[in-house]
Amino acid sequence: MSFRSIVLAKQVPDTKNLTARAMKPDGTVNRAALPAIFNPHDLNALELGLSLSDEFGGEVILITMGPWMAAELVREALYRGADEAVLLTDRRFAGSDTLATSYALAQAVRKVGEFDFVLCGSQAIDGDTAQVGPQVAEKLGLPQLTFVQEIEEVTEAGIVVKRTIENGYERLRSRLPVLLTVTSEVNIPRPPRAKLIMQYKKARAPVEVRIEVERELEDYSGGDRPIRAACIGREEVIAKKTEEKIAALRAKGLLLNEWDVDRVEAEELRCGFAGSPTKVRKTESVVLRARVSKTYEPTAEGLKALVEELVQSRILG
Amino acid sequence: MPHPTKVWVVAETTGSKLSEVTLELLSKAAELARKLKTGVAAVLIGDSVEPLAAELIAYGADVIFLSEDKRLKDYLAAPYARVIARLLTEEKPEIVLYGATSAGRDLAPRVASEIRAGLTADCTDLKIGDHKDLKSGKVYRKILFQVRPAFGGNIIATIVNLDHRPQMSTVREGVMRMSQPDPKRRGEVIKVPVELSPEDFLVEVLERVKAERRVNLKGADIIVSGGAGVGSRENFGLIHEFAEVLGGEVGASRAAVDAGFISREHQVGQTGTTVRPKLYVACGISGSVQHQAGMCEAGKILAINTDPDAPVMSIAHYKIVGDLSEVIPRLIKAHKASGR
Repeated sequence: MSFRSIVLAKQVPDTKNLTARAMKPDGTVNRAALPAIFNPHDLNALELGLSLSDEFGGEVILITMGPWMAAELVREALYRGADEAVLLTDRRFAGSDTLATSYALAQAVRKVGEFDFVLCGSQAIDGDTAQVGPQVAEKLGLPQLTFVQEIEEVTEAGIVVKRTIENGYERLRSRLPVLLTVTSEVNIPRPPRAKLIMQYKKARAPVEVRIEVERELEDYSGGDRPIRAACIGREEVIAKKTEEKIAALRAKGLLLNEWDVDRVEAEELRCGFAGSPTKVRKTESVVLRARVSKTYEPTAEGLKALVEELVQSRILG
Repeated sequence: MPHPTKVWVVAETTGSKLSEVTLELLSKAAELARKLKTGVAAVLIGDSVEPLAAELIAYGADVIFLSEDKRLKDYLAAPYARVIARLLTEEKPEIVLYGATSAGRDLAPRVASEIRAGLTADCTDLKIGDHKDLKSGKVYRKILFQVRPAFGGNIIATIVNLDHRPQMSTVREGVMRMSQPDPKRRGEVIKVPVELSPEDFLVEVLERVKAERRVNLKGADIIVSGGAGVGSRENFGLIHEFAEVLGGEVGASRAAVDAGFISREHQVGQTGTTVRPKLYVACGISGSVQHQAGMCEAGKILAINTDPDAPVMSIAHYKIVGDLSEVIPRLIKAHKASGR
């Protein structure tokens, strides 16, 4: 008995650890200054796949969709022991809401082929919608077990889990294949392994290689030549250098898997902005507004005055 | 049908009763329907649930779409989603609201995927308005504005659906206010035939274990809440003690719950319980927008924090800058000395 698990993960801004650096002078958050991290619940999903593989044998394949920076998450999955990891990236995916995201991910899962489990975190800390898991399940025609807090039993015939509900849990049994979304209670994610970090830290996705080459050549672009000629020459040089570097990485087994819209045979109209029924009408940065307030000293006298005030306003007593 | 009913609520039952969030959503649905000059429908699914239709009508439903089947006794994502998706495809409502409960958050996205509709999670406000699309210049009249905090609560986003219908949202329990039921209201029950296949029943419920709700945050006059600043499960004892002295309930921020200081049923905020006490005491809570969404309607807010610049300080009526492990015992003493 062995299981093939596909883990879906997202790179998210670390909204939980707002540092002073990420605050703009007007009191709003500078999103670009937030560090990007592996969505915490998705680490639990990866851990579940890895532990199933440890116990029963099998394979863990991670898929993440995002901009080129999400290649870092692909490496991190490899550091932690994923057998394969895929970066799903394409400008045409930009602006995806949960419906378009789940469509793209479901197409990628189909591309991977046969599997026993699709494993997701219950939600991402940036949007907190918890929608993508159930939507991927529906698109693949899979049963779904969401907000799973404990795995009780796994056999070839099926899985028994505890699912978190209000003030309790329900025990559910499902046949395989099945999609699970897991909470942080389900396990404790293993740390990256030093050996795997050494093995993969130089691995790069093609999109990263191109960006690195572009940056390297930034210094050479000006000079005395006319700007237009320099640009044409530069474009060619970039393409050639990128190709060379990609070939070298591939030869060393350090080229990360990168899939685009065409590779997963997605319909363009169902991807990205075009494929997203929900649109953002407006966003307001939260600016903290002051209220009329009184400050009390943390001393016995100060606190006595506060209690008196509360009693007089008929709030206490 | 007596009315066209374009605003829908997917009803949820717990045991043999309707969930509170369903009644709250009906109140909101009735308000939205008045602005759209339409009626309200509720979808009621289960086994022998028809007696609940009268209550749905009293709270604002004009039409009940009733789907009864022995196999639908327990909530299950796949068959429930199948029934609802088929109904939505046939009846084409404008707006569909779900409770953001463990069942609603499981069900609504599955339905949205099946009918390829938009879905906005955990809305804190729903309004009707006109929207001009900046790209096409087209004006969309009387569409649903779905307001929700996002990005860890650092922004408030208004989400709209332009060309896709229905417009679907989930809302947490306690966010919308429940109106008084009117037992004289009339409504119509329409029975919906159930067509399901064995492929819709790959998941079975073995057991459902629910503790009685011990925490009553929604009804509390005084809530003493602790956040990450409390520091540990042991230190949370102080929060419990303070709440007991004041005769209030114990609340918590998500950070405190995630850190394991206290169980999730105590959580106040967008993804927890929305509360409206007379006094809300925030101890060691920085005050993310999500947390504020759940407590900003408190009559008075008292914040105790070591950081004078914590966001919670800007919405507090009473502020104490200091270490809660020193401040709270002094406050308890001062309260006892006041003889109340």
